[in-house]
Amino acid sequence: MSNIIWTWVAAFFTLAILSFLYKDNPFYKFAEHVYVGSSAAFMVLYVWVFDAYPKLVMGFTEKVGVQRYLLVIPLILSLFILLRFVKPLSWLSVWSISFTVGMAAGLGITGLTQGFLVPQVQASILPLFVKGSTVGETILYTFNNLIIVFGTVFTILYFYFSREHKGVLGVSSKVGITILMITFGASFGYTIMARISLLIGRIYFLLHNWLRLV
Amino acid sequence: MTEFFKKLAGIDRRIIYLTVFLATAIPILTKKTMKIEPLPEVKKAYEYIESLPESSIVMVSIDYDAASMPELQPMLETFLHHAFRKNLKVIMLGHWALGLPLGQQALEDIAKKYNKIYGIDYVFLGYRPGVAAVIINMGKDIKSVFSSDYKYTPIDSLPIMRSVKNYKDIKLLFGLEAGAVGDAWIQYGYARYNLPIILGTTAVMTPDYYPYIQANQVISVIGGLRGAADYETLVEIPGQASIGMLAQSVIHLVIIAFIIIGNIGFLVLRRAKK
Repeated sequence: MSNIIWTWVAAFFTLAILSFLYKDNPFYKFAEHVYVGSSAAFMVLYVWVFDAYPKLVMGFTEKVGVQRYLLVIPLILSLFILLRFVKPLSWLSVWSISFTVGMAAGLGITGLTQGFLVPQVQASILPLFVKGSTVGETILYTFNNLIIVFGTVFTILYFYFSREHKGVLGVSSKVGITILMITFGASFGYTIMARISLLIGRIYFLLHNWLRLV
Repeated sequence: MTEFFKKLAGIDRRIIYLTVFLATAIPILTKKTMKIEPLPEVKKAYEYIESLPESSIVMVSIDYDAASMPELQPMLETFLHHAFRKNLKVIMLGHWALGLPLGQQALEDIAKKYNKIYGIDYVFLGYRPGVAAVIINMGKDIKSVFSSDYKYTPIDSLPIMRSVKNYKDIKLLFGLEAGAVGDAWIQYGYARYNLPIILGTTAVMTPDYYPYIQANQVISVIGGLRGAADYETLVEIPGQASIGMLAQSVIHLVIIAFIIIGNIGFLVLRRAKK
């Protein structure tokens, strides 16, 4: 019985959101506000249940010695961030933000260098001729490598702004922008596919779970 | 001719929405599926999972929420069927708090179908904020991040977790990605700890992850509803993704037709203005 009720609730909210396609209306507004409110509440609850309570509250009771006292640091930083709402002490929240920004920047730099830049540069250094087991394979593999190597070089050249894009640089940067356009086209095509998939998912829900026509 | 295109240019957008709705709903109502030839990337992912020995431990990361459910939920369900059918042990966690209940629900439903026992065959660890820090620290010691599961059961008391210290004991990370968490898994999980990764991504994210396949930083990527349908075909459990593929193809043809008509109209009207 509860399943049926929740299916009807979900169907109502789906239709309420889709009704915006006709025009803005109170049903859409209601669904939008419920979504924002419940998502925010859910997020707060999750952070408490899965992080603050087990790591901090339970930590104080379970941990001993130095490990217990170390928990004071995150506790203080958490309190500082909440002080944003207390005007005379709001400057203390900067400390918490500084900690977060510093940590994220440090992790980001090492992660991007070690996990993205270096491996991607390595993967772009490829032989310009690859011998396959057949002539077709040889052409295909060689062509693929040529696209990757020259595509990377020409695209980088497009972003070289220290000289006017004329002559060889002009031609290279034109090839670069063409490659970028093809990439954007592929991304846009995939985006349409994704949005349509979401529509299919909702219509399938309405026809299958709610109306039971499928 | 010009008049026709003028009328077409002024067409009410709601008629276009209705056309799109019908082009999606009618193929679903016919219940017909189309023949699917799986993409090489999906075959590679399937073959890797097939090659895992029984009782291997796999980790599933729920990094999406309800907005990406139509694409990623079928992938998750198919993966869980695949894993439990092969008697793999599943550890589930996630970085998107709002999506975790979707993962938990699928895990519990599918585990029940295969008579799998919580704590022995699968475990749900839940959520910890701080994506990069969580991934890095689990590479050293999972218990330092998740000392208990989502019910506050100490993970030392769960048999499945007794043989797991860090990523060295994990044979595969199957990440379901609607955002940038997949990058973090690769940049920290793979780059620092050589964690083998297969990603299931939304179609929007798929092009961003192809460079990682080319650089061999991931085993493979299963992209969008098409990828989900391919995976369902390989595992031989046709589901929502397979049913959606006919609608996907029809609606793509409709959109292509709209683009062609729109461009012809634009050119005809421009010429008429001149």
